[in-house]
Amino acid sequence: MSLITENLVVLNLDTDDHHAATRVLGQALAKEGRVTDLDGFLADVRKREEQMPTGLPGGIGIPHARSAHVTEPSLVFGRSTNGIDWGAEDGPATLIFLIAAPEGGGDDHLKILAALARRLMRAEFRESLLNAPDATSVVEIVTREVVTP
Amino acid sequence: MKLVAVTSCPTGIAHTYMAAEGLEQAAAAADHTIDVETQGSAGFEALSPEIIAAADAVIFAADVPVRERGRFAGKPLVEAGVKKAISDGPGLIAQAVAAAERAAANPAAAGAGQPPAAGGGLSTKVDEQASKGARVRQWLMTGVSYMIPFVAAGGILIALGFMLAQLAGGKDGAIVVTKLYSLTGPPDPNPTNIVNIVADFNPADGMHWAALLFLVGAASFSFLVPILSGFIAFAIADRPGLAPGIVGGFIASTIGAGFLGGIATGFIGGFVALYISRWKVPKGVRGIMPVVVTPLLSVFVTGALLIVVLGRPLKALSDGLTSWLNGLTGSNLILLGVILGLMMAFDLGGPVNKVAYTFATAGLAAATTASGGTSLKVMAVVMAAGMTPPLGLALATTIRRRLFSEPERENGQAAWLLGASFITEGAIPFAAADPLRVIPSCMLGSAVTGGLVMLFGNTLRAPHGGIWVTPLIGSPLLYILAILIGTVITAAAVIGLKAAGPGPVKTELDTAEAATV
Repeated sequence: MSLITENLVVLNLDTDDHHAATRVLGQALAKEGRVTDLDGFLADVRKREEQMPTGLPGGIGIPHARSAHVTEPSLVFGRSTNGIDWGAEDGPATLIFLIAAPEGGGDDHLKILAALARRLMRAEFRESLLNAPDATSVVEIVTREVVTP
Repeated sequence: MKLVAVTSCPTGIAHTYMAAEGLEQAAAAADHTIDVETQGSAGFEALSPEIIAAADAVIFAADVPVRERGRFAGKPLVEAGVKKAISDGPGLIAQAVAAAERAAANPAAAGAGQPPAAGGGLSTKVDEQASKGARVRQWLMTGVSYMIPFVAAGGILIALGFMLAQLAGGKDGAIVVTKLYSLTGPPDPNPTNIVNIVADFNPADGMHWAALLFLVGAASFSFLVPILSGFIAFAIADRPGLAPGIVGGFIASTIGAGFLGGIATGFIGGFVALYISRWKVPKGVRGIMPVVVTPLLSVFVTGALLIVVLGRPLKALSDGLTSWLNGLTGSNLILLGVILGLMMAFDLGGPVNKVAYTFATAGLAAATTASGGTSLKVMAVVMAAGMTPPLGLALATTIRRRLFSEPERENGQAAWLLGASFITEGAIPFAAADPLRVIPSCMLGSAVTGGLVMLFGNTLRAPHGGIWVTPLIGSPLLYILAILIGTVITAAAVIGLKAAGPGPVKTELDTAEAATV
């Protein structure tokens, strides 16, 4: 199964706060059957977020959790035009990556997530996602950069 | 400049790797080389000791404690949260370069008095992301794995000493060897002619060789509880845990608190040291924290807590149990056998075991003057019940290997000889690693054996020695039958309980150690 599909891309993610945004992204996972208990999963994400906000410089938010309610490693991509406050010092986040990993996930899956995390640090990668015209090209970019190498 | 870094974060799937990427980009931009160890949930590939040795400075970008940080001891170090490496990689690299330059200019101040660890340093099996229960088992297992060489060396030396003493000294040899030879003294006056084996070792005398084996083995055994305790604390608190753990364990051993006392001091020492080493202190004091303040306070607090809080209840427990046992002597002998069996296996050399053993040996001493049939039976019960725990566990590790970790399986092989020689301590590594399942199994087997020995009416005129003092046992065949039955029961109980619950602790340590040797 793939890390991300077109149904896991939300290009007009415009909500008031990051909890609401996370819920919208989480719902996509639940709809695809990748999360069995949406509220349980969101609680796990929230617990991680409370340890320290996951907003990062450059307009990025990476809510994430390893959770028993996740069936396979997944990425939901959200893009916000106005930005959502994710706790980063330099302002709101426009690119949101919800990363969901199963509790006891195998090494291979975790390596894909590690590769994704490394790509997030590259300006070209962020730039291309910011400018992607549609969901299909988002999936294509992520798959090309993270899954295939 | 050559740098190394460790990155880690609570979840271990995102920040760890972003931080690694951030540092690598920043290092490349500034023309430095960097090797990053990502301690994430995909496990971690430890940096090779050569790479660490060659590094000019170390960066920890971590929100959870860096695993096996002893490997980096003595290197100029920059510590920061994981986010710092993501948001400001170049800044951290610049700090590390500055630290390396400072250390090069002033080598004496580098590393704040920490000696560099040899060969990658000591390692623990602790996975910071594991659940609480799993971490407790990993702490225990770390202590156990460092204790096992002391058990094996000491136990086998003592057993060999007994064997040789029987050959060289006749049927009382195994008794004589523990009484008449010493590394100090002799006392003045010296009515029993105690020989100082240091001053008067005679290579032609078999008993001297037996005593040599016994005394070295006994010295190794005296480290069981201190090492167990010290390395439980080490697993909890890293290097600062060792001193309070070892000293606490030594005191536990001295006041007769046994290995359960040692587990307690391991936890107390570990958490006290961890707590103190996390204090935020002014810069001026920071340098003397690891060398003076942390050891001083943690050692004192651990030792004092043990003596003041645990010492008196332990004494009361021993006194209470002793008088209770004395009251039981006139009643049902089989019941007494069962109770003594339970006590022998309860803490395997700890206070409860000691009460039963002392009860038996005191009776034995009295029996030489009076006609003490019961006392000889009590001694027989106590020895048999002390033999079944290591034998039962040896049997269990032989027939169901998968239920045990690698160090336990190795200890299982030594446990055959230790059990046969009435060295109950052979079971301690198993009991310390998994007390809730191993101790009840040992108690069950020992209780049955104790009852059977009373039923068969076996007697014993030696306070120790195991199968090596067979000539001093009344009806030895029935005696061995009783021991075999208890052994099988203990093994069956352990296998049943272990098969039902979580498996052995992952022995990540073993591979880590193999890699550094």
